[in-house]
Amino acid sequence: MSAEPDRDALRDAEQSLTGTDQPLVETEHLQLYFPVKKGILVDRTIGEVHAVDDVSLALREGETLGVVGESGCGKTTLARSIVRLLEPTAGTLRFRGEDITHLGRRALNPVHRQVQIVFQDPISSLNPRKRVGQIVGTPMRLHGIDGVENRVSELLERVGLNPEHINRFPHEFSGGQRQRIGVARALAVNPRLIVLDEPVSALDVSIQAQVINLLDDLQDDFGLSYVFIAHDLAVVRHVSDRIAVMYLGKLMEVSPATELYSKPIHPYTEALLSAIPIPDPEENRARERMVIGGEPPNPITPPPGCRFHTRCPRATEVCRTVEPPLAEYPAGHLAACHHPMNVDATEIESATRSPLSPLTSGRLLPNGKEAPVPPDEADQEPGVPSWGERLKRRLTA
Amino acid sequence: MAERLLDVEDLKVSFQTEDGLVQAVDGVSFTLDRGEVLAIVGESGSGKSVSVMTLVGLTRTPNSRFGGSAKLGGRDLLSASEEELERIRGAEIAMIFQDPISSLDPVHRIGDQIIEQIQAHEEISKAAALDRAVDLMERVGIPNARQRARAFPHEFSGGMRQRAMIAMALSLSPSVLIADEPTTALDVTIQAQILLEMKQLSQGSDSGVIFVTHDLGVVADIADRVIVMYAGRVVEQGTLDEIFYDPQHPYTWGLLGSVTRMDRDPPRRLPAIPGLPPSLIDPPEGCHFRPRCPYAFDRCTEVPALEARLNDAPGHLDRCWLEPSEKRGRREVAGRIGLGQGTAAA
Repeated sequence: MSAEPDRDALRDAEQSLTGTDQPLVETEHLQLYFPVKKGILVDRTIGEVHAVDDVSLALREGETLGVVGESGCGKTTLARSIVRLLEPTAGTLRFRGEDITHLGRRALNPVHRQVQIVFQDPISSLNPRKRVGQIVGTPMRLHGIDGVENRVSELLERVGLNPEHINRFPHEFSGGQRQRIGVARALAVNPRLIVLDEPVSALDVSIQAQVINLLDDLQDDFGLSYVFIAHDLAVVRHVSDRIAVMYLGKLMEVSPATELYSKPIHPYTEALLSAIPIPDPEENRARERMVIGGEPPNPITPPPGCRFHTRCPRATEVCRTVEPPLAEYPAGHLAACHHPMNVDATEIESATRSPLSPLTSGRLLPNGKEAPVPPDEADQEPGVPSWGERLKRRLTA
Repeated sequence: MAERLLDVEDLKVSFQTEDGLVQAVDGVSFTLDRGEVLAIVGESGSGKSVSVMTLVGLTRTPNSRFGGSAKLGGRDLLSASEEELERIRGAEIAMIFQDPISSLDPVHRIGDQIIEQIQAHEEISKAAALDRAVDLMERVGIPNARQRARAFPHEFSGGMRQRAMIAMALSLSPSVLIADEPTTALDVTIQAQILLEMKQLSQGSDSGVIFVTHDLGVVADIADRVIVMYAGRVVEQGTLDEIFYDPQHPYTWGLLGSVTRMDRDPPRRLPAIPGLPPSLIDPPEGCHFRPRCPYAFDRCTEVPALEARLNDAPGHLDRCWLEPSEKRGRREVAGRIGLGQGTAAA
């Protein structure tokens, strides 16, 4: 899809952001659409849910990338496609530089030894008929790791469970303990990356704190990288190095963790932050809050231009027609907005169009200038192919 | 002094189960005045929902037993007959639940459900009831209310359904509104909208609101007074500022410390509460928090009474044997309130 030189530009951009040579995981214009089908005998595709729409991100070794957004923004779909539980419809997914976008089950085996996932719901993600020892031991058997028995006991102890409970069933544990089993299972094959899909949102606050501390310790001990998916911005701040904000399948903002809270550039981020009540009565009374009206639009027919314009208090005509590119501000702070907040005139003036910007986005930067078209991109077809074209390509391939 | 609406005293609720007797609520007392918002905070299994559901008779099952009293304007809700309760529910005490999809009837139109509730309590024509329903739906922020009243619950989004529930709850101007985790299932931007609307509505009315939640942020946003529950008992009670800035019970410290904050740099480690909440079938003797409390000492095997232990705050009650003067030094962890590691008190 994308030509070679473009890929190099992307990598350069990521390098300047992350400061390492090769990211652990990279998504490049990653897109995942779900077909909407109708019909009794013959299914017709009548539309597509734009779950993840042209997302480019990179994660370096040892880093925690937080991904936040409201329900339906595509964060879980992104998580599942990173571990390749879902196959992207377009774009590229790389693990340590290797393209794993369309690898088959068997070819993915070595990747899954290094990339694991922990799910939100600790009840439905553990088999109720299997004992804890079997649940945690299965990934090791599948990957041909020796000494399963001993290692399971070690792992249970490591995540704060009693190793004597190895023969118990999931229903004999509380919610927090079940989530620990899920973490132990993910750790079993000694992965490099764990994708955590809302790992603490089903838990009580005091138990949440325990699990967050555990994840913190494990990261230090095993040098793990995390992709931490959550809707709770407070929890994400606590764990993340960088944070990506998603809305309706697109990236709105990518920022170093602390800067996102002190200097949100995208109005959606600002709205999200001010929607969260602070557990401190005085500060809560003192702050000015921006409450946005309305609800997220239907992801089958997302609005043109900026996806947030239907609810944005700063939206103007340009937001309805031109999709804003991801503009790069100092400190590797990216935001896709025509009317950025909390940035001064010089910062706006020096902002550049990030190569991570969606292919469909315009070239217009917040300073009113058009970003130059790199020579290698000039003759490329814009946008991502429709499902029909993709189907055709698949059949002819 | 404001008019007292509700007076709950020594409320006890237990359920007989196959595994034994579950003491879900163990001696809960509180009052609710006109115009105030009372928040009940606690984690799952603390008895916060069971307490408020008992007030409207929703826990009356063959295996449940009750004790104590709950008075609404002189009438005891615990001993009220089913007919009396039917008249009270909706008209005098209305309830909003966490999950609006299961609290609305899927086969009836939203408007018809509100009309049905109004007509069940008042002699009023259907057209007049519809007008009132539409007016209420507009007040809680449902656009095009007259058309939307003809929609079915599945055609509404989560936030809109919760708004419809609120409209229904307000339809008979109840004096007590009980909201049981009304925004927990919603996205944060929708939660902010609903909380803002609920605040505006409660400022314009003189009813009392009981707000059950586990989210301390929501509490700080909406409550006047706070009750903290743990394992079926009230462990602390006070005004919003008393609970947040001068908490007296170690469980409250732990709860406040466990919350991740987005408005300041995170501490390296959250001061979490160790262990798990106790089983309500066989709770620990004495203070229920004792097994998880780093400051527990001999006297904690005796149940402390819920009483005022500070001279200057008669309304601030707690159940803890520690001396208030000792507490100040112990509840600070890295510059904020939290449950420290601590050694046992003398």
